[in-house]
Amino acid sequence: MAGGWNGEPYPPVDDAHRHYGGTNPGAAASPAPAEQSSLVRPYAVTGGRTAPRMQLAMEALVSSATSVHQDLSILTPERQAICQLCRQVRSVAEISALLRVPLGVVRVVIADMAAEGLVQVHQPQLDAGKPDLNLLERVLSGLRRL
Amino acid sequence: MAGGFGVGKTTFVGAVSEILPLTTEAVMTDASAGIDDLGLTPNKTTTTVAMDFGRLSLDQDLILYLFGTPGQHRFWFMWDDLVRGAIGAVVLVDSRRLADCFPAIDYFEEAQLPFLVAMNGWEGQFLHSEEEVREALSLPPHVPVVRTDARSRDAVKSTLISLVEYVLTVRAAYGRSF
Repeated sequence: MAGGWNGEPYPPVDDAHRHYGGTNPGAAASPAPAEQSSLVRPYAVTGGRTAPRMQLAMEALVSSATSVHQDLSILTPERQAICQLCRQVRSVAEISALLRVPLGVVRVVIADMAAEGLVQVHQPQLDAGKPDLNLLERVLSGLRRL
Repeated sequence: MAGGFGVGKTTFVGAVSEILPLTTEAVMTDASAGIDDLGLTPNKTTTTVAMDFGRLSLDQDLILYLFGTPGQHRFWFMWDDLVRGAIGAVVLVDSRRLADCFPAIDYFEEAQLPFLVAMNGWEGQFLHSEEEVREALSLPPHVPVVRTDARSRDAVKSTLISLVEYVLTVRAAYGRSF
């Protein structure tokens, strides 16, 4: 998994890695030779599982439930990376993008971490699969304030 | 955000996003072979789909994510994921290449996700009127057609406001069925 989990938050986005997470010429400090290798390997970190234990929306927000002082070194590198990244609330999609790990893989890992109390997940407020009216009103006034 | 390849979806997202648009990827494996037509590439068993998105913090505890849908039809499995929980969709169109957005419109109609059509102008020029676009796309009268400029923060913001206003109207009119 070299290169997959060592991304700095919000790495510079350039055309090269807008497409398929290609190498980032600006990140010379973090060599990531394995990035363009097999697309199947990422599922190794989930032990080959592709189904998360809970349904996680792409936009579900994840926050770290571990303290800054807690020793995370006993965790696997991908879990450490997620704990650190989620000290600030981030969506499942952001975690996938920032760590450059496919969505399906982070979903499995995050769901496991939530079950073990390492992260808290805030799912969107839905009403029969749709955002509820109160949420829509808040979004509208939020957009108008921009 | 949906629309044909190169119509400006990522530019549109980037115009209002507080972060540079990020890219997330999904790996499509044999499990989705029923959707992906692998007939032409018999030895290929995985495909990576990239999707750009941006973020807008609207309040302390309210974040709006803008996802650009992968254009190709065979990646609709990603669309299904996006539609659940989505407020609505913007179908960005280049009026010279209207046919590019037919699949997106069909998809959102089928999924009963409210959408509006936003004509992306080039250098402030619109080659066709809203009515011409509406007619060419056979849009029902209630679907808004607006003009936008994917490079302009104000234009994009106003397109998003129109979308949410429309969604509220639809919800008020049809209740939970939409």
